[in-house]
Order: sequence, then C-alpha cells, then structure tokens
Amino acid sequence: MVTIENLHKKFGKNQVLSGIDLNISEGGIFAVLGPNGSGKTTLIKSVLGMVIPDKGNITVLGENIKKNSEYRHKIDYLPQIANFPSNLRVKELIKMIKDLRKPTNEDERLIELFRLEPFLDKKLGNLSGGTKQKVNLVLTFMFDSPLIILDEPTTGLDPISLIRLKDLIKAEKAKGKTVLITSHIMSFVEEISDEIVFILEGKIYFKGTIQKLKTKTNQPDFEHAIASILTDNHA
Amino acid sequence: MRSRWSYVYFAFYLLLGVVLLFLNNDLSKAVITLMNVIIVLVPLIGTIFGVMYYYNSQEFTELLLAQPIKRSSIFLGQYLGVALSLSMSLILGLGIPFVFYGLFESSAIWDFSLLLITGTFLTLIFTALAFNIALSNENKIKGFGYAILLWLFLAVIYDGLFLMTLILFEDYPLDKVSLIGTMLNPIDLSRTLILLKLDISALLGYTGAVFKQFFGTSFGLIVSFVMLTIWVVMPVLRIVFKSKKKDF
Repeated sequence: MVTIENLHKKFGKNQVLSGIDLNISEGGIFAVLGPNGSGKTTLIKSVLGMVIPDKGNITVLGENIKKNSEYRHKIDYLPQIANFPSNLRVKELIKMIKDLRKPTNEDERLIELFRLEPFLDKKLGNLSGGTKQKVNLVLTFMFDSPLIILDEPTTGLDPISLIRLKDLIKAEKAKGKTVLITSHIMSFVEEISDEIVFILEGKIYFKGTIQKLKTKTNQPDFEHAIASILTDNHA
Repeated sequence: MRSRWSYVYFAFYLLLGVVLLFLNNDLSKAVITLMNVIIVLVPLIGTIFGVMYYYNSQEFTELLLAQPIKRSSIFLGQYLGVALSLSMSLILGLGIPFVFYGLFESSAIWDFSLLLITGTFLTLIFTALAFNIALSNENKIKGFGYAILLWLFLAVIYDGLFLMTLILFEDYPLDKVSLIGTMLNPIDLSRTLILLKLDISALLGYTGAVFKQFFGTSFGLIVSFVMLTIWVVMPVLRIVFKSKKKDF
C-alpha cells in the first residue's frame, strides 16, 4: 500500500527524519507513535507530498509520488490543526472540496453523525476548536478512498464524538481500508490499532503489534511499554 | 477579503477618473495626470495585495495541497486570481468614466489604451514579484518589509541612483547606458513609454532625443513590450519553480 525507502529530511540544521524504511500493507489500522518532534507529522506530510524529502523514495499504491498529484485521489487526509479559511461558511467549504475531488453524498450522513447541522451556515472562523475538528472529520471521511491518514484525530473532541469517531474508523477498517493514525492518547491507540510504528530520533524504533511491544519491553500494559522505551532512550 | 478590497480599488479608480476629468476638462491632460498616479500607485497596490493575499490564504493553500491538485495550478491560480482582479479594477475603474466622457471620439484613445496596457503589465509584474517574496519568506513582517522595499527601490531609489550615475559619468557617451538602465526597471520603462507616446519628450531633456529615436519607433515599442513580458514571465516561472520545492 505505502512503501517508504530510506527517507531523509532536514529542516535547516534540524535532521528530522534520518533513513526511514517502512512498508505498510493493505488493510488494517496502523498507529504512528513517537515523542513530540520525532517526525511523525513530517513523515505523514512526506507521504502526502506536502514536504519534499531530501532523499528517499515513497510509493503509494504502486505509484511513485514524486512529481505526481493524481495519487492523492486515493488518500483522505485529516490535518493536525484544522486551519480553515475563516471567512468561508461550513457549507461552502464542504461544497468546494467536493468540487475539487468528486461528488459524494456521504457528507450528509457524517454531518448528522457529528450533529453539525446547526453550524452549516456559520463561518469557520467563529467555530470552536472541537467543532472545527468535526468539520475536518467530515471533509476527510466523505470520500471513499482506500488510504486514510489521520494526524491527531482526537484533538478537541468531546467523549461522545470520540466514540463516534472510533466507530467510524472501525467501519472503514471493516471495508478493507488502510488507516494511518498518529496520536498521543495511548488508550485510543491501544483500543483501535492493529499495529504500531514507533519513531524515535528520525528512525523507526519498533514496528509490530502491541502484544509484541509488551513482550519486548517486559511491561504488562501498553502505556508503560511506551514509557519504558522513552526512559531507556532518555528521550 | 480579496473581493471586497478589489471593489474598493475599483471604486477608487472610478472616483479618480471622474475627478481628473472634471478638473482637467480635457482628455489628454487627464491622461498625463493619470500616468503619474498609475506609475507609482499600481506597483504599490500590486505588491501589497500580492503579499497580503498570499499570507492570508496560507491556511487555504495547505488545505488545497492535500488535495489531488498540482502545486503549480494552486499557486498560479492564486497569482492569476489576484493579478487579474486588480487589473480588472484598473481597467474598468478608469475605463468607465473615460468612455462616458467620450473617449471613443477623441484622439487620446491610443494614449489611454497604452496607459491601461502598461498599468496591467505593472500589476502582473508586481503581483508576481510580491508572490515571490512571500514564498521565500515564512515571516510575514519580513515579507511585507521586503515587498515595500522592493517597491520603494524600483519606484524611487532606482531613479536616484540612475541619475547619480548619469551625473558621475557625464563626460562619457551615455545614450546606451541610460537606455539600458531604463529598460531594466519596469516602472521607468512604462513611464518613458507613455511620456514618449504623449509627445512630451521635450521634458526629458537632452537624452530625450535618443529616447525618442528608440522608443518612438515601432521597433522600440516592440522591444519595450518584450521587456515587460519578460518581467512578467521571469517571476511567474520562479513562483512555479519555488512552489515545487517548498515544504508545508
């Protein structure tokens, strides 16, 4: 599904990614974890072509992403912070993104799911952080793409929306899609992901199931397993 | 944001056109006054709007970048959106009062069209330059600063330096130098073009004759327009090139 080979990226003097090799197979939920500033978002943005890597190759569904924009038709992406143009209305934004990609009716179901009807005519600049995140989710999930990338999807969501989001992700997985998630909420990751990828100092430190991580670190629960990696490496 | 300001800009030119016609009561005199305004104001507005628009729509750009659209289409689309709406404001805002005043029956129509054409060129050039500056500067304050400096340099300082060189080297033949110097600055080039077309080249003093010889001919006119086109194309190419390499 997604193959990353020897990916390097530097921002000024700051080496963010130093030789990432990653192969994500089709179907299932993959969580990308790591401490703050470990390069999770940079990795994801490289896959999306928003960050241009210094070195390395990325293929998405067999297509090399260099100098290519068509492959993004197959990706639904949820950005980390929902920075929308503040003078647009929610309705206009949804319509515009639909015009850019393809017509869909899925948005109506999602709007109802996240109870967004009262906000449709409001301007995006006047929405609360959580509501913006819900709009963000609608925009992401309304297209039926085989690869879904979620960067911190839980930010600002209330408990009930969080439950709905989990159900939504599980439903997508049941359709055989591949979901890539970054999150700092360990309980969320533990509940939802099939496999985790742990990034430390620009390299992949661990890839495998949560069970495997627990055995590797000799810790009974997931949260402590992650914490033990971080303390062992003085990160 | 963009649309509201381009209406204000349009209204400003409309008002300017009406007031000038009313005060001058003569088409060709109004054209001369307009030239002085346009030569300075159009680049300034193009620069400021370009920088402002780029920084204001950054969030929107990021949203678009994750969509299946080519980078060059995103940035060229934004550039053309700003530059063309500014040009439309200029052309319509000035055109409407002049047309109502009886432009089509007047001999000033060619001068006036030349004014609008150079105005449009200047808008395209300076918006493109502004986008270049904004693309290369993450920091908004710096971006604005550089943009204003660029305008100040080309509109005011360049002339000063140019004049000083002419005085310093007055013992040498300066025809070629002054000609090339004028060609290299789009503002100077536009000003000279219009002045010569208006047949007031006597104002230009002793180099006036040389200029008249060059710019007055159709060859000079063509070379001038080629230069202006190059001034548009170069920064636009850099927008495409730079945007392909940028990280978001």
